[in-house]
Amino acid sequence: MKEFGGPAVFLDRNDINTDEIIPAKYLTEISKTALKPHLLEDLLLDGKPFDNQSDRMKQAKVVITRANFGCGSSREHAVWAFEVNDINVIIAESFARIFRQNMFNCGIVAIELAEDKLNRLFELGEEVTISVNLETCELQAKDSQGGKSFTLPFELNSFDRDLVAAGGWLAYADAKY
Amino acid sequence: MGKTIAEKIFDSHLRDQPSPDNMILSLDVVMCHEITTPIAIMDLMEKGMDKVFDADRIKAVIDHVTPAKDTKTATQGKIMREWARRHKIKDFFDVGENGVCHALFPEKGFVRPGYTVIMGDSHTCTHGAFGAFAAGVGTTDLEVGIYKGVCSFRAPETMKINIVGELQPSVTAKDVILNIIKRISVNGATDRIIEFTGPVVESFNMSSRMTLCNMAVEAGATCGICLPDRVTAEYLWPFIRNDYATIDDAVNEYRQYHSDPDAEYVESLEIDVTTLVPQVTYGYKPDLVKDINEMVGTPVDQIYIGSCTNGRIEDLRNAASILKGKKLANSVRGIVTPATPLIYRQALEEGLIAIFMDAGFCVLNPTCGACLGMSSGVLAEGESCASTTNRNFNGRMGKGGMVHLMSPYSAAATALNGKITDPRDFL
Repeated sequence: MKEFGGPAVFLDRNDINTDEIIPAKYLTEISKTALKPHLLEDLLLDGKPFDNQSDRMKQAKVVITRANFGCGSSREHAVWAFEVNDINVIIAESFARIFRQNMFNCGIVAIELAEDKLNRLFELGEEVTISVNLETCELQAKDSQGGKSFTLPFELNSFDRDLVAAGGWLAYADAKY
Repeated sequence: MGKTIAEKIFDSHLRDQPSPDNMILSLDVVMCHEITTPIAIMDLMEKGMDKVFDADRIKAVIDHVTPAKDTKTATQGKIMREWARRHKIKDFFDVGENGVCHALFPEKGFVRPGYTVIMGDSHTCTHGAFGAFAAGVGTTDLEVGIYKGVCSFRAPETMKINIVGELQPSVTAKDVILNIIKRISVNGATDRIIEFTGPVVESFNMSSRMTLCNMAVEAGATCGICLPDRVTAEYLWPFIRNDYATIDDAVNEYRQYHSDPDAEYVESLEIDVTTLVPQVTYGYKPDLVKDINEMVGTPVDQIYIGSCTNGRIEDLRNAASILKGKKLANSVRGIVTPATPLIYRQALEEGLIAIFMDAGFCVLNPTCGACLGMSSGVLAEGESCASTTNRNFNGRMGKGGMVHLMSPYSAAATALNGKITDPRDFL
């Protein structure tokens, strides 16, 4: 199974919706790569536009955010926009159902953590690296200097893990149904 | 132990259960539109899986941007068109016959009580109004649905919302659902199915039930669902008359999908709508809702009447009843989009289109239109729109725009003053 994790970027807000992740005007694209520069283009954090072209954002493999991430539209383009930017894990207090399902269907890991655990990640500062072990259902978080580091357990449904292992829902369903 | 309607539908469609929490359901209908389906079609073609599980159970429409506005949208349409021909999908609706999916498909009688339905569109929950389990999905789920006729869902948890009391004139299903989302928040029903019950829902026609279920997803719900009854059977009668001797027979059979009295719910709410006033949103989330009197006087630049939430004939009649013989304010532009060709024709025959045009409205052909900022009616930065649609997210109708969600009555009243107006002023 491929490696999951890497440098993280924080999106400190609840209810980040799919229109903010990828605006509808890009839904006329029929290639996933065309979405790459537009990820989180319309996101506001603290009322201010998010810099989706920052160095940190370009390095990120992991997104850490708050509750109800990915609410709104069913557009899988929102997940593909993360995929084509090499983000393979999103950690949140909760996800909107369709978005979470789209993630596992594409072989990207959605990790839900209770608010207190999530706060510990936010307290590590901006430069955090996450490594995820899907076998033991644990993630390790490190700050930039490696000074602070801790491990958190998370729950992963066995079917969701199987989808990630199979490379997504189409491959799984083609083999089984 | 008794079962909810959703549990009954899940039981009767269960194909596999790969873990205790995951249920693979057989699908009765897979719906498709040109925004989320072409990528699924192309991926299946590339993988050598260009098949459909059952051409009769696939319904497809070009509805978001139609007629095409540029080469990209023309390509999306072309992919859909060629795929529908290749697989002999007879229920494919193109220019001249097409309309907003969640208004067009019910009008064609494609959804029945007890059905399982998916579509690559979050407002697929609209079809729960017919006592079906209908859920929005992404392109990969849609792809598997097209190819294999199955979809994966978590075991259903149902939240019951019992609606009682008596609605005041010009307070509608739209105001009820906006108020419910305000009460339970945009995350209040995530991973749940909302079962709408009670005398108010029973008194609603199918149009109002569809409005109610359409916005269930704005509270995070997988599906909104109403128990199928005589109203459902009467709406469906033209399509089911060969299956039943009388409407009573259909009503009796639909009772098998009613939740049992001892069914278990994760949460139950009762809402008395007797004192409910028209509702309107004020921010970038559909749970930011106020009574309209708190928003009266807020200026807007555009009025939009249409969409899968409120573009049906009843909605146009409501708006026209306020606009009749009047002009919209000089400071605003008005756009109305009948949701389907049938609704457009009805509106013409009833004189509603004349009322809108006399008032100064632009009448668009049936599309998703201004709702999601990818077709006609996009806002400029700093502009706002009084809209009968379902989402007011930041950037939804155009970057830097603000959408105020409201009912057709409220949107029409607002059009006359150029600022948010209580429709009860025109009673």
